[in-house]
Parts: sequence; structure tokens; C-alpha cells
Amino acid sequence: MASTIRVRAISNGDTTEVQALVQHPMDTGLVKDAQGQTIPPHFIQQLTFEHNGKKVFLANWGPAVSKDPYVKFAFKGANKGDEIKISWVDNKGANDATTAKIQ
Amino acid sequence: MTMRLPIRLASVALALAVVALAGLSARAADTPDPVADAKAFQKFFKDRFPNLKPEDFVNGPYSMNEDLHRQWEEKEQFPPYEFALEAGKEMFAKPFKNGKTYADCFPSGGIGIRQNYPYFDEKEGKVITLELALNRCREANGEAPLSYVKDDMASLTAYMAYTSRGKPMDIKIPNDPRALEAYENGKRYFYTRRGQLNFSCATCHVQSPGERIRAEILAPALGILNAMPIYRSEWSGMGTTSRRFTTCNSQIRGVPLSPQDDDYRDLEYFLSYVSNGLPISGPGARP
Repeated sequence: MASTIRVRAISNGDTTEVQALVQHPMDTGLVKDAQGQTIPPHFIQQLTFEHNGKKVFLANWGPAVSKDPYVKFAFKGANKGDEIKISWVDNKGANDATTAKIQ
Repeated sequence: MTMRLPIRLASVALALAVVALAGLSARAADTPDPVADAKAFQKFFKDRFPNLKPEDFVNGPYSMNEDLHRQWEEKEQFPPYEFALEAGKEMFAKPFKNGKTYADCFPSGGIGIRQNYPYFDEKEGKVITLELALNRCREANGEAPLSYVKDDMASLTAYMAYTSRGKPMDIKIPNDPRALEAYENGKRYFYTRRGQLNFSCATCHVQSPGERIRAEILAPALGILNAMPIYRSEWSGMGTTSRRFTTCNSQIRGVPLSPQDDDYRDLEYFLSYVSNGLPISGPGARP
């Protein structure tokens, strides 16, 4: 299966702007399906962006975050061509990770 | 009195002229003229939004105001329909149990043909939409049909629309009275008021594009189907033309028809025809 993470990291000289889109149902545990059964909670708990082994962005998420979440942030100290690593872990222990080159 | 005579004569002449004109236009309205309709339809929107280029209309509410347009530009760098597009591409290529694929059911292998749908099938005497053709293709190959409103169907049409991006909508009305009747029926559906709110499609999408309905900016009817299927943030997912039609109908507190009902297909036929020449921009993203 293709990665659940899409990343774009663009360097603007001093700062690097990172955008990411993660495919995840982000079920709150409060919604029922068409049969009236509660859909169990299933959401990303931690999303991490690392640059050279150093965490540059860490998000502790809960069920309030929307389905297929989108994140955008900027950080200093990276160069073009550097790699950033993105990973997430959800409440069921599932995880995914990917890397992207800074453009 | 002598002074008044010319005036009176003039007014009689004017009245006669009005009667004659009314007679003419009544006759014109009797025979459907899709070509003139499409021209008038497109002119209406161009006059109303003189600053917009024709191809801007396919971006719906995003071309209606500058603020939204900026949001859209940013969104397009990272389109929310990307996952559906990828899933659609995979599904489209994956063979059925009998070894055939979707490509076998469509002209040009299903690539770059979105602009020709819906078309009028002269054998069957009905309008065939892309969604209907996809499900017929599945059934012909022994597969269960997909839901018309979202998920797999939306992903498939998203991929097919994507391969046709930029191609001008090209709907033809063959020389067949039934085709003209389907067009007329679609037009009638578009302009007929219904539901508890007593809205027609045109109330929102012809009379008030760019205005707000609650928190939403209304899209112009011109080019509205060129962007289908769409990812709607409100739905947090993809939806097809069928989904758009049925939810529109329930939002005006009417009773929606079943997806791909004859009337909806005729409506799609009419609405696509009057947008002829505008580029396909699907899959689209909407607030």
C-alpha cells in the first residue's frame, strides 16, 4: 500500500516550510455506523517530524482532530537537500513513517 | 386633438409591435433550441461576472471572491482529493475476476474521455452518465455495482476526470427527438421550484452565485459539473454528481430522487451541455 503520508518541505533561505497530509480515519469513538454500532475510537496520538535526528515538531493529538489531518509549520536551521522524517502512532499501535527531501 | 393624433398612432404601432414580438418569442420558446440556450446561459454569467475568464467558472465558489481564491490556490498545492485519486488509479487498473478491466468498456481505454459524458444513447433512448457507464461495465463483467454517491465510485470518476483535465466539455445532442426531450426535461428540472423552501436549482446557482447561503458561498451553475467529483470539506470526503444532486435536494427540504434517476441524468445532460467549451477541472475541492 502506498504511504499514508504526503509531505512537501520547501526551503525559503532561512526557514523551511513543511506541509503534510496524513490519511487516517480519526474516529472519535462517539459516532455510530449505519447499523447503529459505535465505531471504536481510532485516532493518531503522536505525530513527529524529525530533521537530522532532532525533533522539530511534535504533536500530541486526540480524537478532536479531523479525518485526514493536514499540518503546516515552519522551522529554522535546515538546508536544501536535507531529509526530514515524519512518523505517526495511533491509539491502536499502528504506525507509519516516511521521509522527504527539502526542496 | 390634431397634435395628439400622431402620438396615438405611434402608440398603436408600438402596441402592434409588442404583440408581434410577443408572438415571435412565444413561438421561439415552443421549439427548444439548445444552441441558443447555451449561448444565453454563458452570456448571463459572463455579464454578471465580467472580470472572470470563462475557465474560472469551473472553480465554483473559489472564483467568486479573492479571499476564497487565495485559499484555493494554497489548497491546490496539497489537494485533499489526492488519496482518492490514487485509489481510483489503482482500481481502474485492477482487472475484474474475468481478467477484463474498466479500460475495455470505454473508448480510448477510458483515458481523457470525461468531457464526453453524459452522452445520449440512441439505442436505448436515454442519457448515459459516466457513473452509470461504470456500473454497467462492472455488471457486464460479473461484478457487483458500486454505490453511486461516494467512496469507490468517486475515486474512479476522480481518476477519469483527472486524465481529462483541461479538455473542453463536449456534450452533443444527436438529431433525435428523444435527445431533445431529455435535454428539455433536464432544463425543466433545473428551473422547477421544489421542496419546503421552494427553491429551484436556478434560485441558488443562477440567481445568487457568489452570495452566501448561511456560511457557504454559492457556486455558479456554469461549469459546476466540470469539477465533479469533488472533495467537500463539509462531507470530509469525496462525492459524485449524484451525491451533489441528492444533497442539494434534501438541503432545500425536498425529497431527493434516487441517484442516477432518469430526471437526474437529464439534469446532468442539460447542465453539462450549457457548460460546453469550459475545461474539465475535476476532481475538485470545495469548502
